[in-house]
Order: sequence, then C-alpha cells, then structure tokens
Amino acid sequence: MRELNVVLALAGRDLTKFVRDPGRLVAAVVFPFFMIFLLGGTLQLNLGRAAGFNFIGFTFTGFLGMTLFQSTASGLTSLMDDRHNDFAQEIFVSPVSRYSIVFGKILGETLVAIAQVLPFIAFAAVLRVPLTPTALLLLAPVALISCFMGGAFGLLLLNTISDTRAANQMFNFVFLPQYFLAGLVSPINVLPWYLEALSLVSPMRYVIDLTRGVVFAGSAEYGRVVLLSPLTNAAVLALMFVVFMVAGTALFVRRETNR
Amino acid sequence: MSAVIEVRDLVKRYRRSKSNAVDGVSFDVEPGTFFALLGPNGAGKTTTISILTTTLTPTTGRVRIAGHDVMREADAVRRHVGIIFQNPSLDMNLTGEENVRFHAVMYGLFPYLPLFRLMPEGYRRRVAELADVVGLGAEVFKPVRKLSGGMRRKLEIIRGLMHRPKILFLDEPTSGLDVASRRNLWQYIRELRQQHELTLCLTTHQLNEAEDADRVCILDHGRVVAHGSTDEVKSQLAQEHLHVDAADREALRRRLRELKLEFTEGAHFVVRLDGRNPYRVVRDLDEPLTMLRTESASLEDAYLRILAGEDA
Repeated sequence: MRELNVVLALAGRDLTKFVRDPGRLVAAVVFPFFMIFLLGGTLQLNLGRAAGFNFIGFTFTGFLGMTLFQSTASGLTSLMDDRHNDFAQEIFVSPVSRYSIVFGKILGETLVAIAQVLPFIAFAAVLRVPLTPTALLLLAPVALISCFMGGAFGLLLLNTISDTRAANQMFNFVFLPQYFLAGLVSPINVLPWYLEALSLVSPMRYVIDLTRGVVFAGSAEYGRVVLLSPLTNAAVLALMFVVFMVAGTALFVRRETNR
Repeated sequence: MSAVIEVRDLVKRYRRSKSNAVDGVSFDVEPGTFFALLGPNGAGKTTTISILTTTLTPTTGRVRIAGHDVMREADAVRRHVGIIFQNPSLDMNLTGEENVRFHAVMYGLFPYLPLFRLMPEGYRRRVAELADVVGLGAEVFKPVRKLSGGMRRKLEIIRGLMHRPKILFLDEPTSGLDVASRRNLWQYIRELRQQHELTLCLTTHQLNEAEDADRVCILDHGRVVAHGSTDEVKSQLAQEHLHVDAADREALRRRLRELKLEFTEGAHFVVRLDGRNPYRVVRDLDEPLTMLRTESASLEDAYLRILAGEDA
C-alpha cells in the first residue's frame, strides 16, 4: 500500500507539472495533428487507392502509437533534470523501493502522454479515421502498454546520457530510424533482411502494430495493414518491458549512487 | 550505549578523480548527541554526509547508522534519517506544500491525495504547525519559484522535520536565513532534541552554530584533523585572551614585556594568556587600567588554528 502511494505521488507530481505547462500540451498535439492532416491526407490522395487501405487511418495509428511511446520515453529524461537541480537527492534518500521510484516516474509520464493524445483521438473522427466504440475501448489498455514500453525504453536510454542536450541528440538518433523501421507512415510488409532484423528489435514496431491491430480489427484492410496479431505484439512488448525495466533500473540506481 | 553513527576507515574516491575526497575517516556519534562536522570547502563534509545518508556509495570502509549498514540495509537507514541538503532540492514547479506532501508520502506518513484539502487532518495540522515554527505561514502554499531563497530554505527545513527522524543531518542548514529565522530554527531543533532524543549531525560554516555541539570532528583534505568534545578541542587548540589598555601605554607595554607575556598592540593591547589565570595576570599589572576584558576561547579560534597548522 505504501509503495502504491509512492508511485501515485510520483505520478501525480508529473501530471501536476504538465497541467501547469500548457505550452507542452499545445506542442505535443499540434505536431502529430499536422503530420496526419498533411502527410496522411497527401498519402491518401496519391497512394491510398494503389495501397488498397485507408492511409489516414494508417498514419493516425502510427502517430498515435509513436506519440504514446516516444512521449513517455522522452519524459523519463526529467529524471536527469531532477539530478541536475538536486531534487533527485530528495527522491533517492527516501526509504522506498527504487523500482517504485522508476515505476512512479513511468506512470506519471504515461498519464501525461495519454492526456496529450486525447484531443488527438477526438480529432481523428473529423478526419474520418475508422474508430469503432470497441476500438476506442481497446485503445485504453493499448495506450498503457505502449507508454509503459516507452518508459522502460527511455529508462534504459537514460543510462547512456549525461545531460538534456545529449538526451535530445541521442533520442533523435534512436527514434528517427524507428519511424521507418516501425512503419510509422509507410508499410513495412517487405524489407531487405538487414532492415527486417533491425525492425524486429525495434520496440516501436510492436507498439504501432498493436495500435493498428486494435483499430483495424474486423476491417477488410486488416491483413494488409497489420503484421502480427495483437496478442503476439502484446507478448513481445511484455517481454521487452521486463528486460528493459530490470536492466534500466539496476543501471540507473547504480549510476545515481556510484559516482 | 552503542553509537548511532559508526564510521570506520571511510574512503571515497570519485570516478575520474586522482585523489580521495574522503580519506580514512573514522568517528562515532552516541544517540542524542549534537555532532558537528566542520571543515573548509572541499574538506569532504558533504561527501561524508552523502554516504551516511545513502545517496552515495563509499569506495571502502564501513558505515552503520542506527545499527544498519548503509550499503546492505540502505532502506532501514533511510527510515531513520532526515536530511536538510546543502543545495536546494525542491521541485520549483510545485508549491511549497506540494513539496512537503510529496516528502510525507515518500516516507509513508500519509496516503497520497492530489489536493491539500483532501489530505488527512493530521497532515494539514502538522504542515501549519511547522510553517509557523519557521515563520513561513501561508507562504507555504505559494509556488516554490515565487519564494525567496530564505523561504525556500525554511521550506526544506519543514520537509526535513516532517517525518520526525531519529538522526537529522543538517548540511549547512541556515544558509540564506535571516537572524530571526535562524534563531527560531535552532530553538525548535533544541526542543525536538529534548523531546525525541534526536541526534543531530551538522555541517556548517557558521561556527557559532557549532558552539553548542557536544562533539566536533574537523576535516581537512578528506582527513580528520581534530575530534573530540567541543570543550576538549577548544582547550587544546584555542587561546584565551586578555584585552587591556592604560593611560600610560608605554608603562603598560614595558610591564607586559617584564612579565614575558605575548601581546599585540592596536587600539588596545591583546594579551595571550597561554593557560595563565587572567586574575593573576591583572593583579601583576601595576599600571592603572582604563580597559579590561577577557576573551574566552571559541570554536572558531580552534578551527582556524587547526587549519592553519594543517596548511603549514
């Protein structure tokens, strides 16, 4: 019960900070909105008929998964900010499990990421993305899984960087290739073997494919859009989450105390 | 009585450093003691405190806090200690009360609820009580970034006392506080000590704050250069002085030389007593005095002499 309260306090702190910073909300919503509106729209008009599926829906699910995953991963860098402004001392001197600290941080960034995509999902209807009530319901657990995966991935990355500037460079280096390897805006049904290998170890691939699996479930386009069944994607993500969390937390705690 | 803080042969060398920040430090602190860890900048005080509070791992050596090893039983150690950090460690994006609430939940004192008014009565009362003690009052509900440096320090003090720790580590606790707030804080800490057998471990540059300490340990270049009760350290290393003056200064100067007393001459004469009884010295001065004052040994004198000796 006590550790649960710790997790809630850490998560509440992140959400409070987000609510007080409307600039972050605007920036987070505007970027994917324009990407779907511009990119999805142009792709639908030019490639949609040839591809044989709804390109706006395809782009929307790609950006939805990417935003949830990447926003949570990037949010973990605030642990580094805490280290620089000495708030990390307050956290790390507390008599609580280090896993609770890390999980609380991931939950907080998860709530922030979900808050960021709510207006984005609402706007999807305007863009005629095929979202059924069942898909909307299923998107809730998918969002949680995607964010948790992003958090664990961000935690692991955090151990390789020393400041926010390095984090931004590292995140560009790590995320940009995944946009293509995970099929953010273009299908990846066919890839050369070396790109296929890289794609298979890219967590974002499973996040986006899981999102598409839920949104396109029951549609005629399902087989052309989705690579793996949602259960397979969820299982791979669960395995990756455990590995990244254990390794990331151990490295993070070691780095915090063993200077 | 077993020591509540046991430090044995503590060594800390930071990665990429060629020398030890803490170099073989050992000391004990008994329960309920007011212990002061003193030393110039870079002496290793904050590094030592960081190891004692589990935020830093030692390179070698053994440290036990309240009977628990800092490496193997870090959680148990953390439950027994409170710390007021040298550098501000507040979340600037939250209000003062939100920072305190975060701390209270982290220490398992209260369940987490997202608003102050939803928190239990006990929490709200304690925040109000502590805010009054340090003179923060309703300012505690302001965003931290809108508080002055002194107010932020007060807020950290409220937070550090929130969970009523057995051992309170105070790393330069009153820097940035005005005189009245400083006095209020020490008064409150003294009351806490009496009520709860609180052990205090203080590092400070304000040596007058360490005058009340039961024991002091002076560090320099990561090593212990003096350790003992405050009176012991003062009597060993600090001097008592006699301040005198006379209408016939020439005669007084001559008499001081006859008595083989070491003195300096400025606006008046400052005579080193070197263990002599001041009353006997005054009795031996024949000239009528226009000024007479004794100056007791201070911890600051002892501290400066020790450091001067180390640097020599």
